[in-house]
Amino acid sequence: MPIEVKNLTHTYSQGSAFQSTAIRDVNLTIEDGEFVCIVGHTGSGKSTLVQHLNGLLKPTSGLILVDGEDMNGEKVDKRRIRQNVGLVFQYPEYQLFEETVVKDIAFGPRNQGLSAEETDRRVRAAMAHVHLDYDKYAERSPFELSGGQMRRVAIAGVLAMEPKYLILDEPTAGLDPKGRDRILGMIQDLHREGNTTVVMVSHSMDDCARLATRMIVMSKGTVVASDTPRAVFSQPEMMHSVGLGVPEAAQLCAQLRARGVDLPDDLYTQEELHEHLLRLWKGGAKA
Amino acid sequence: MMKNITLGQYYPVDSWVHRLDPRTKILLTIAMIVAVFMVHSLVGYAIVLGFIYLSARMSKIPFRMLVKGVKALRFILILTFLMNLFFSSGETLLVEWGVIRITQEGLSQAIHYSLRLVFLVMGTSLMTLTTSPIALSDGIELLLSPLKKIHFPAHELAMMMSIALRFIPTLMEEADKIMKAQMARGADFESGNLLARAKAMVPLLVPLFVSAFRRAGDLAMAMESRCYHGGENRTRLRVLRITRNDWIAAACVAALIALIVLEGWAVPVVTAAVKGLIA
Repeated sequence: MPIEVKNLTHTYSQGSAFQSTAIRDVNLTIEDGEFVCIVGHTGSGKSTLVQHLNGLLKPTSGLILVDGEDMNGEKVDKRRIRQNVGLVFQYPEYQLFEETVVKDIAFGPRNQGLSAEETDRRVRAAMAHVHLDYDKYAERSPFELSGGQMRRVAIAGVLAMEPKYLILDEPTAGLDPKGRDRILGMIQDLHREGNTTVVMVSHSMDDCARLATRMIVMSKGTVVASDTPRAVFSQPEMMHSVGLGVPEAAQLCAQLRARGVDLPDDLYTQEELHEHLLRLWKGGAKA
Repeated sequence: MMKNITLGQYYPVDSWVHRLDPRTKILLTIAMIVAVFMVHSLVGYAIVLGFIYLSARMSKIPFRMLVKGVKALRFILILTFLMNLFFSSGETLLVEWGVIRITQEGLSQAIHYSLRLVFLVMGTSLMTLTTSPIALSDGIELLLSPLKKIHFPAHELAMMMSIALRFIPTLMEEADKIMKAQMARGADFESGNLLARAKAMVPLLVPLFVSAFRRAGDLAMAMESRCYHGGENRTRLRVLRITRNDWIAAACVAALIALIVLEGWAVPVVTAAVKGLIA
């Protein structure tokens, strides 16, 4: 069952001097098994949107249906829905608080009221997912780990709740390239292996190109495009108009085409470009 | 969640009062508070209320902002009222019911004290609403600077104050964010008894303290790397100057005080005289 967002509008500090509408009349559906990347310029409403998906913000108007159920309905237990929709915030390492890594990761499952055995199983599984060695890190204090490790502990804390939908708000912000690749690889594995639906807010077009099955482009609080990366990146003018770019591979491809190299106009990943160039080069060598 | 605290919240509009020198506003607020304590009749309070209302109009601050500030302190107000009502000594008995004794004097004292508190809050809110925290601490620093002669750390005090004020909204935002993050992990801040709620605060407070310390370290580093070494020889971006408007404002408050004094002294005399004439 999907997450459906219907006519969602959110206004911050309504009725005060500081009133501002962050998103207006957003409609979208996130189907099971998708890997959706949400992109948009700073202040386009991405974070506001994802916070609605698990009920942390209440819509000013509109509906959010998770598995067909109105999340803000009268008798709905939001905690139950939040277990289904896991949300990893920006810089999640700043939410760590326990004495040991294990206790921190177990915070979610404990709040779910799971048994000690089940909690332990989930903590171990979550740590394995984020590639943290249980024996080595379990009893360490989260505050003595490196930034990248802390972030993985924080993500494990959400994974331990075994959500069906995993929402990540810029999970790679502020990490070095190695840490970034590790986190993205981890998310990709989760999406492939399990049946986790992933929604990721990102600033990197290259990451979107590599991972997304669908992209949602936001600008000034509205959805301006919702399509496959290929379709989105084949409209560079639209992307530029909302303050975004296209992946490096697509940029390079466009420049090569401008100089008369015979390439298709919808290449956007490094692998594709690499393959085409290699084919051209080999073909050229033959001739 | 903590949106209805007006005390210490700057209301950013441009007005005649906003443009006054912060020193003037601090001193005049003190003068006004003194004036409030000189009032002994309801007519006097009406004059003060009128003055505050006019000042609010001139500052382009909605009067309800001031009322909100008073509302936030309603429990203290009620407590003050009840304490004075029940526990002050007096002779003219109004109600006696078991141990409870309410006297004429007690009632009037209760009314006086709570009204004074209301005007005290309104007056100071008016100052903090029209003066940005930075200007306020600049003003305090300059007012206290004569005390530097006796090694009073005026600059450091003002700097600490501006830093603290600067970080209140940041920390509130941070608290909101951490709270949401923990709620996303199933934390419950709203239900349960007092002990359960206190325990539920741990996942909020630990990260909040950690980040406050981290920020403090970063800030100290940033200040040092810009060669900050205390207040000596620092010049100001905005040099404060007393202008004609400050004198006008001072005259207004002086007029208020004069009016209150006159009212307190003249009204009884005049009424007595009128009574005498009629008789």
